[in-house]
Amino acid sequence: MAKPRIKVPKKASAGDVIKIKALVSHTMESGQRKDKEGNVIPQKIINKFECTFNGTSVFGCDIDPAVSANPFLEFRAKVAESGTFKFMWTDDDGSVIEAEKSIEVS
Amino acid sequence: MHFTNNKTLFTLIGIALCVTASATPVDEVLVIDEELEMTTRVQAVEGHPISEIYSGWHYRTPETRALEADSFANPGMLGVEQGEEIWHTVEGSEGKSCASCHDDAAVSMKGVGANYPKWDEKTQRPKNIEAQINSCRVENMGAEPYKFDKGGQKPLTAYIKNQSLGMPVELDLSEGEMQSWWEKGKETYYLRTGQLNLSCASCHEQNHGKHIRADHLSQGNVNGFPTYRLKQNKLISLHNRFRGCIRDTRAEFPDAFSDVLMGLEVYTTWRGTGLSVETPAVRQ
Amino acid sequence: MNLNRRKLLVRTLGTIGLLGTSKVFATAEDVDAAIKAIAGDAEVTQGALTLNAPEIAENGNSVPISVSVDGEISDDSYVESVTIFADGNPRPEVITFNFTPLSGEAFAATRMRLAKTQNVIAVAKLSDGTVLSDTRNVKVTIGGCGG
Repeated sequence: MAKPRIKVPKKASAGDVIKIKALVSHTMESGQRKDKEGNVIPQKIINKFECTFNGTSVFGCDIDPAVSANPFLEFRAKVAESGTFKFMWTDDDGSVIEAEKSIEVS
Repeated sequence: MHFTNNKTLFTLIGIALCVTASATPVDEVLVIDEELEMTTRVQAVEGHPISEIYSGWHYRTPETRALEADSFANPGMLGVEQGEEIWHTVEGSEGKSCASCHDDAAVSMKGVGANYPKWDEKTQRPKNIEAQINSCRVENMGAEPYKFDKGGQKPLTAYIKNQSLGMPVELDLSEGEMQSWWEKGKETYYLRTGQLNLSCASCHEQNHGKHIRADHLSQGNVNGFPTYRLKQNKLISLHNRFRGCIRDTRAEFPDAFSDVLMGLEVYTTWRGTGLSVETPAVRQ
Repeated sequence: MNLNRRKLLVRTLGTIGLLGTSKVFATAEDVDAAIKAIAGDAEVTQGALTLNAPEIAENGNSVPISVSVDGEISDDSYVESVTIFADGNPRPEVITFNFTPLSGEAFAATRMRLAKTQNVIAVAKLSDGTVLSDTRNVKVTIGGCGG
């Protein structure tokens, strides 16, 4: 499995609203498809995404099977200080994909 | 009315498939990440039946075009990054990775994707990137060759081709017997096949720019493969697409990397001479 | 006999087995009920919420959408969530974006699946209880010979 792709500016000024983009490799099996034998392929998706900055929640999503494979998210964050963004994607099977990005705020 | 036999049905489908309203390719410029300007339209190489060559990018909607212009948002880049990991992964009895011999792909693989397929003296046939990877795996790494579209074949091919992003496609047809494989490929290109009796040229030469149902027909250039297709939501290899197109004519389709499809790869790559390598392109 | 386009299409698809069993899609009523669940007694209004979606999607597997809500964000006044619905998908829910004061701006984008031409509806809930909505109709095209 490929690592998540995350775009966070390396530097910003205090009070800036920055752009964050995140892309993770996942088939997002919708539970609507059938295999060659006609059996329903069970749902297996990323159902939750969370982003925190220095431990405080910034943005999150509750995700349904209608989100495309390799889910892409773009959102904003207001930064007041240097620190670390933490990103978490939760799979239906309970596993969590985690990643971090730091930003220098002056 | 009942369709009593398939022939009637397929005749009707054939009529339904008649291409409709014309819509020319868009007059836009593809710039990747606001810095790398791509050649997506170019005067055709001598001997080409079409005067101006367009990348398939020009035939897509604004949203699909934007996806390719942003290397972060382009989901095909997930495959490229996976290919980069494979590049550095040791496999086989010799304890080697691709990087053990070729070091930094950004240097050693630059231009490679723009000039393949190349003539291979040893096998006396053209060699594409996939075949080159497999001969490296077998001869130098002591690893199993990748089966078609399996293992790391697609991501590694995409990673290698991506090192030539923006470079113009150019084949050397003077090497070995490349010219005769080009001829074979040309024959395949114009050969009508299947119950729908279509050749590659029926859609991509005679009707490019028009619509087949809601689909905007491109010139069928191959400069962006492996390409990220929204339909499958993954990287699709060139030979998979060849087979898909032939299947859609309701013909039996040849094996990947067979002589027929290697000839077709040589010929269709030549048809896109001068276009930038776009791997991984984004298509519908 | 007059064979119109629709009959031809249905018979053609049926013959090559694409229709299979009839699928149940969500309806506009399902979406209305879901919006009511979010809004409660609040009136659903239009204005500050903008949903962006293409008029025509080349492939229903990956349709880019974005939402934004105008207005200053502070610790006591912010957009709590924006939920996206699709009234012609097997299930109407698509995604809920949960914002916080740290979001800075109530903007989010993703790519979604649309089973056919239908309405995409965004519903925003603000911290003061205001509920906003915006709707776009997206036409989903069917590809060429490959479908």
